[in-house]
Amino acid sequence: FASSASFDFNPCILHDIAADAGPPTSGTVTAEEAVKYYTQMQTIRRMELKADQLYKQKVIRGFCHLYDGQEACCVGMENAIEVTDDVITSYRAHGWTYVRGIPVKEVLAELFGRDLGCSRGRGGSMHMYADNFFGGNGIVGAQVPLGAGLAWNQKYTKNNGISISIYGDGAASQGQIFEAYNLSKLWKLPAIFVCENNQYGMGTSVDRHSASTEFYKRAGYIPGILVDGMDVVAVREATKWAKEFVLKNGPLLIELKTYRYHGHSMSDPGTSYRSRDEVQAMKKTGDPITGFRKRCIDAGLMTADQVKSIDKEVKKIIEAETGEALSSPEPPMESIAHNIVKGGF
Amino acid sequence: KQVFVRDALNMAMDEEMERDEGVVLIGEEVAQYDGAYKVSRGLLGKYGENRVIDTPITEMGFAGMAVGAAFGGRGMKPICEFMTFNFSMQAIDQVVNSAAKTLYMSAGRCECPMVFRGPNGAALGVAAQHSQCFAAWYSSVPGLVVMAPYSSEDCKAMLKAAIRDPNPVVFLENEILYGRAFEVSDEVMDKNYVAEVGKAKIEKEGSDVSIISFGYGVGISLEAAEVLQQQHGINCEVVNLRTLRPLDTEAIIKSVKKTNHLVTVETGWPQCGIGAEIITTVMESDAFDYLDAPCNRVTGADLPMPYAKNMEDEANIKASDIITSVLKMKNL
Repeated sequence: FASSASFDFNPCILHDIAADAGPPTSGTVTAEEAVKYYTQMQTIRRMELKADQLYKQKVIRGFCHLYDGQEACCVGMENAIEVTDDVITSYRAHGWTYVRGIPVKEVLAELFGRDLGCSRGRGGSMHMYADNFFGGNGIVGAQVPLGAGLAWNQKYTKNNGISISIYGDGAASQGQIFEAYNLSKLWKLPAIFVCENNQYGMGTSVDRHSASTEFYKRAGYIPGILVDGMDVVAVREATKWAKEFVLKNGPLLIELKTYRYHGHSMSDPGTSYRSRDEVQAMKKTGDPITGFRKRCIDAGLMTADQVKSIDKEVKKIIEAETGEALSSPEPPMESIAHNIVKGGF
Repeated sequence: KQVFVRDALNMAMDEEMERDEGVVLIGEEVAQYDGAYKVSRGLLGKYGENRVIDTPITEMGFAGMAVGAAFGGRGMKPICEFMTFNFSMQAIDQVVNSAAKTLYMSAGRCECPMVFRGPNGAALGVAAQHSQCFAAWYSSVPGLVVMAPYSSEDCKAMLKAAIRDPNPVVFLENEILYGRAFEVSDEVMDKNYVAEVGKAKIEKEGSDVSIISFGYGVGISLEAAEVLQQQHGINCEVVNLRTLRPLDTEAIIKSVKKTNHLVTVETGWPQCGIGAEIITTVMESDAFDYLDAPCNRVTGADLPMPYAKNMEDEANIKASDIITSVLKMKNL
């Protein structure tokens, strides 16, 4: 048994940052943290698989974008920041909603369109919110100026926090993102722009949609780092470092190289533009959860039995929360026009 | 006291910025240049560069940032100036999809207290891309409050109301009116005076025909009403809607029931316009039974604004258009 261990990870690749001034190449993880990160990632994985199942049973309607494969990104980032920091993301929002404090049952109930849902059934898969979590945004790229505005708010109100704006590689070429880069640099805002590069914008691979696939260099005049998005400790350490950096220097770009196991959405089997072998290979050799589990067991932070009991417990919780979400009624019809405007007319 | 429209807007922002430290102004040329139309003159000197902020010419980016800053809670209330509303088309996604809908989508968790403001509608001699009215566009969107002031009183009292409102407000000013002065009462000049959102104002009481308009159209309507009174003995009631969303349907219905005749006046295009909305409101209410003649609408011409003076004059609404409409309705 070890109470903590130091994990080495692939060094970040730097843009416009001195070689010795970048994020560390190792991070300390306590036994308690190991259990926490593992449980969070496993919970997201199981929640997404449950959503997949219930979508196929037609309990979930419309768009549903799953996050399995990318769990280390939100878990790593969330565990590096404070609740007073702001986060905004795209339509692939379930994992973030959970780590920002919304219980699984409220995420699932939202997917089911029930009153228990965190948006009371008004938002669905793409529009979930929590304290200092601003969605869940369905217009590709539009969340990035919003996130820059949150950074402006952090600075203007002297809240001492930062804002993290997350977008996929598919959104990385939207024009308004470059407008947000420019203004954030001019105003020296505490803004981290995170490109979760899962290597496909819907079904278009990065080399087919981006003239430059070095997303961490995309702003040119803004420093950037490329981080292994499949390694929760690497993401946590990079984010911790990034927070200090942006509070002192203004904006930063982070590219998290990651992978999504599901297709773009539930209507996409995800096989016409990539091979099953590619997905299987990633699951086998690059999975963020199995990778972290092995390292923790090897380092003596968790035992194999402990892992098994966490897995069992997570499964149990997901089943119980699914049941609760399913037993929630649909939102009451008399509230259909609530919250259109504040104060009502 | 005579007050220019541009100064009334300036006073409203000045007073609200003084009252509430969360109020900030951003937009193109709002700070060092004093505003492209000098509406923000002097505010930079008074409130400093943290609160009066020049942006590059990137509407989508800075409008989105204003929305994001409003989302953050913590008391920030951005005023986002569009140099003209023509340029707001670059940013309309942020207005419609981000500002207007998030309160609903978040079940009330995420508020967006802010103002989008700037000149809207036809200007003079600037051709099609810089001469159009977006009142119908924005007023169709649930989640927005849309205001269209006419006089200096409107501008001062309504912009203050817009800034204090907890919702995203689209505030449609008019470039031609900026340089016009209006008499403003002491009551309205008081810095505690704020207009009520969603209430129309009867600019001129009358008994024979209701002329319902907003913004620049109100002035033309008053001009027409004067001629109709003097030359034809027709006593028109002129209703200034002031707020387009929520629309003051009560005031519309009340006026039509009184006069039994309705003409709507707007500078924008006819199809799916505010006039169409007002007339439908009457059709769907019991005011329909009070009509003595079919309703009529006076609108800008159904074409992109031409540059040549003779054609531009023809395309814009004039008092004579309203007079013709009223006389026809009265079989005169």
